[in-house]
Amino acid sequence: MSGRIKFVNIISAILCIILIAPILIVVVVSFGKNRYMAFPPSAWSVKWYLDFFSSSDWMSSLAISLVIGLVSSLISTTLGFLGAYSLSRGKYGNKKLLISFCLLPLIIPSVITSVALYFVSVPLGLVGSKLWIAVCHSTLSVPIVLLILISSLQGVDESVERAAHSLGASKIYTFTRIVIPLAAPGILSAAFFSFLTSFDELIISLFLSGVSSQTLPVRIWNSLLMDMEPVIAAISSFLIFVTIALLMLELAVRKLRA
Amino acid sequence: MADSALRRGREPALFKSENLIYPALAFLLIFFVLPLVWFFVKSALDYDGSFALKLYQTFTSGLFMVVAWKTVWISLLVTALALLAAYPIAYTMSRAGPGTFTLAIICVIVPYFTSIIVRTYSWMIILGTNGIINRFLMFTGLTHKPVALLYNTVGVAIGMTYVLLPYYVLTLYSTMKSIDSWLMQAGRGMGASNFYAFRKIFLPLSMPGVISGFLIVYILAVGFFITPALMGGPENVMMAMLIQRNIEITMDWPLASALSLFLLVITLAIYAFYCKYTDLEKMLGR
Repeated sequence: MSGRIKFVNIISAILCIILIAPILIVVVVSFGKNRYMAFPPSAWSVKWYLDFFSSSDWMSSLAISLVIGLVSSLISTTLGFLGAYSLSRGKYGNKKLLISFCLLPLIIPSVITSVALYFVSVPLGLVGSKLWIAVCHSTLSVPIVLLILISSLQGVDESVERAAHSLGASKIYTFTRIVIPLAAPGILSAAFFSFLTSFDELIISLFLSGVSSQTLPVRIWNSLLMDMEPVIAAISSFLIFVTIALLMLELAVRKLRA
Repeated sequence: MADSALRRGREPALFKSENLIYPALAFLLIFFVLPLVWFFVKSALDYDGSFALKLYQTFTSGLFMVVAWKTVWISLLVTALALLAAYPIAYTMSRAGPGTFTLAIICVIVPYFTSIIVRTYSWMIILGTNGIINRFLMFTGLTHKPVALLYNTVGVAIGMTYVLLPYYVLTLYSTMKSIDSWLMQAGRGMGASNFYAFRKIFLPLSMPGVISGFLIVYILAVGFFITPALMGGPENVMMAMLIQRNIEITMDWPLASALSLFLLVITLAIYAFYCKYTDLEKMLGR
């Protein structure tokens, strides 16, 4: 191939910069002193971070989001792992239809799902229940776990399981001693991404949180609708750091395996 | 080694591979399908009067027509914009060496996994009256007072395209990476120009990705809520926002369910087409 730089690659480079720039701009702005989020900031400060970490309202929302995210991750990783194992090993009449159905929560607009969940939550008195929000978030993350684990379980050699089975291992024994350890990196990344799904979820939480269980995204939403407090830049950057940390952790886990 | 664990004996049918899907399936049926069905059925039954008439009135009302039309066309616009931007990125990624690929995938994956509300907020900073775009325009003297880029259709289009772009890039990339680059080489070797080889070989082979990406991004766009709600003006009300407002402000369940039904039918129709068109099992690596 010729050494000249292709026109399409220049376009792609510009587009990639446009993709990542907004993320970087938020982080830079969050360290600015200016109330009006000017870019580039004229003076630097960590004031907004201090505001965030010293506000009991924001910290309680953070704690609520963390708890809901962890519970939801636990539910969806467990259910999703069993489901993904089944889908990657089992023999079905119509596997395609089954997978299409399982992906529906990602397809149907969240607003519809949320309104429906709210509709059943009001008479049952479930609005504001953190466990209930975690369960509802899991409807979104079960399909994500399935997607991640089906492909990762296909990388786990089935003949090892058959060997264990023919040597007399029970299904549970094969599961706990062979399948789970071999699929561990996939399970871990499924757990990360299902946590992130719940941690970042806004629409379901918006309907179900009530006044007592406002998650971090719900509080950000309320602030953006009202007056766009400058502390939002610091909180957004914090969420970006969490995302990047989880992505790097996931990468490290995968590298460790290879 | 625990002896009991190794005793095969009676293997309960419960642990057959085929049956392990049931917990997840039951979970989705109880907490996802049931609420949806219950919502539509109950709000139709509870409505005193004919629900069919309510549906008819809703779907022929002026407000519905305006919002439905806006939702459909703005989704089409942002999906087309996302395609235009995604195609070159995915193309470069599919032909790039490992170093370039890593850089590009970081630029795609980080926004992809960042919360939608954070991504929307970042564009609110950039496009606002004090944002860099306006400061740049005023600095260069192209304009003397800030241009309205936020709380209007321009803002919604930019914000939604940005949020949806990574989905399109990843869909296109997975199709393009399986296109054999020797095909293009062979075409050029036989005298085709670069562009001719691209148009006659690469473009047709990438069409499955273009189409399934278009369908999936369009589905996501019609149901969009966060970005248009934060970046749009009063004239940019989309269907999902109308549904949310009907619950939050007026608690009009029958109206909300009629509107939801409309959005649900559109979504499911496109999804059915997508499932028929895309090989889901192949997508999962089979």
